Amino acid sequence: MKFIQSSAPHIRKPRSVRAIMFEVCLALIPAALIHVYFLGPGLVLNVCVAVSVALACEYLMLRLRGQSIAPFIGDGSAVLAALLIAFALPPLTPWWVTATAAAFAMIVAKHLYGGLGFNTFNPAMAGYAVVLVSFPAELALWTAPVGAQIDPGSLSLLQSIQVTLTGSLPEAYTWDQITQATPLDSVQIGLSQGAMLSELFYDQGLTTYGAQPWIAINLAILAGGVWLLGRKLISWHIPAGVLFGVAISALAGRILDSDAYSPLFFHIFSGSVIMGAFFIASDPVSAATSRRGKLIYALGIGILIYSIRAWGSYPDGVAFAVLFMNMLVPLIDHFTIPRAYGHAR
Amino acid sequence: MHTERPVDTDNDALAAVVNPASLTGVFKEGIWSNNAGFVQLLGLCPMLAVTTTLAYGIGLGFATTLVLVLSNGLVSVTRNITASYLRIPTYVLLIASLVTLIDILLHAYLFELHRVLGLFIPLIVTNCAIIARAEAFASRQPVAQALVDGLAHGLGFTLVLMILGFFRELMGAGTLFAGMDSLFGPIASTWTVSVHSGFLLLILPPGAFLALGMLLAARNALSARKPRRSEASVSASPTTN
Repeated sequence: MKFIQSSAPHIRKPRSVRAIMFEVCLALIPAALIHVYFLGPGLVLNVCVAVSVALACEYLMLRLRGQSIAPFIGDGSAVLAALLIAFALPPLTPWWVTATAAAFAMIVAKHLYGGLGFNTFNPAMAGYAVVLVSFPAELALWTAPVGAQIDPGSLSLLQSIQVTLTGSLPEAYTWDQITQATPLDSVQIGLSQGAMLSELFYDQGLTTYGAQPWIAINLAILAGGVWLLGRKLISWHIPAGVLFGVAISALAGRILDSDAYSPLFFHIFSGSVIMGAFFIASDPVSAATSRRGKLIYALGIGILIYSIRAWGSYPDGVAFAVLFMNMLVPLIDHFTIPRAYGHAR
Repeated sequence: MHTERPVDTDNDALAAVVNPASLTGVFKEGIWSNNAGFVQLLGLCPMLAVTTTLAYGIGLGFATTLVLVLSNGLVSVTRNITASYLRIPTYVLLIASLVTLIDILLHAYLFELHRVLGLFIPLIVTNCAIIARAEAFASRQPVAQALVDGLAHGLGFTLVLMILGFFRELMGAGTLFAGMDSLFGPIASTWTVSVHSGFLLLILPPGAFLALGMLLAARNALSARKPRRSEASVSASPTTN
């Protein structure tokens, strides 16, 4: 029995790391199915590459560090980090980009900092940020979703595998033909060229919620996240804080100038805010500890995501926002130590 | 081994110290066991900022070596006439004059390199490795030892700059020997080898820290593998700071 200092009930069922990681991976399945439906089988290939490289690196580092291999490699944390990387990268990313991200996540961000439980930075986001900075051209190529204005000459599974392995397209295709800027990207580029927001949305066929495929993917991620909340695998503080942070900044932008700042729900349902809120920022190792701390941490992430999108040079900022707030966690924890019962504030 | 003889010094503050060190011991210490770059971690600013290519690493390394040899020599020559309470300002003055001289010489004879290294040449003056050697070694040792010490520490620092520059250029930009013509003249402009399209992170500042961390790890692994030899060379060194 474990006793926890809070109100009743005091007896909780201890969960193993393995069970938690497994359930979090399970929660991503609906999103993965919709992702594959709209964007092709690229995600599956990303997952294959990322998971195998992550497990190989995990094995290598455990060997080098003289740790017992079976319990740590079986805990599923490497698989979950690999899944998050696979989701963050565009489908049809060349395998060496995915492999670099997974290897950096495991070797540097996780094991050089001391392994699971000691990593300062979220490994998946550290790996993703490294390739985002290093291979900007490859990471801008998002396949056009089914039902987009331009007709994506859809690639077969075999052709997709070929693209992932070689990094170049079959002869009949060009990148311009099968890829399309994501809604966040096209709006940011349009605004930087001085276009009006309302024209942009009209030209791109965007609703105030964004584009349909991305809304569908994000709704599926949201469903998975809500399931995690229901299973009490994550606390509500972090997702709520991130969403609230994005929401208040977006509303402030709208009030300031509704022709230059995109609508609130466009921000939430385009890009990876929901993924970040429920699956990435909520990583218990790299997040703040106390409830008050979690709220501050998550609010910071939300505001930073919006700031990077609105004023930065990257279309989305979840990875950088999470990494930046990871860095502030010791400071946040220092100032949010909960008051012990009977002690003065 | 050289015969040990006492140093003749009337400098009270420094008189307490030291027999002249053996030249080979001094040299080994500067290159490996007490290397300014990857043991003492001095001069991090130029070490991390300049090493985006091998050529810049070599350039700054040799400029630093030149300053270090000359400053060690001058400090050692003047060690008996320098009042101890004025020694730090004296070193600063000597080093600053030397750096200015080398800045002007590079500007005259290696203009391309000077243009690239730019700010980092005058900044050699703030490289703590140089004043550290003046204070810890040259001010207490005869001229020959001081010159060898300056050369060894300079070459040791150059070695680190070259290793960092080599790997960051090879992996970050995917080239090798780029910009060598700024060092060796127009013949070298065809030396550039292009290997792949590059892994940008290593060219950027975070990549510099990562590369230095990996280099330190490799160096520690090497010295852990032969503990007896590195212990012997540490105990042979008379000066510690």
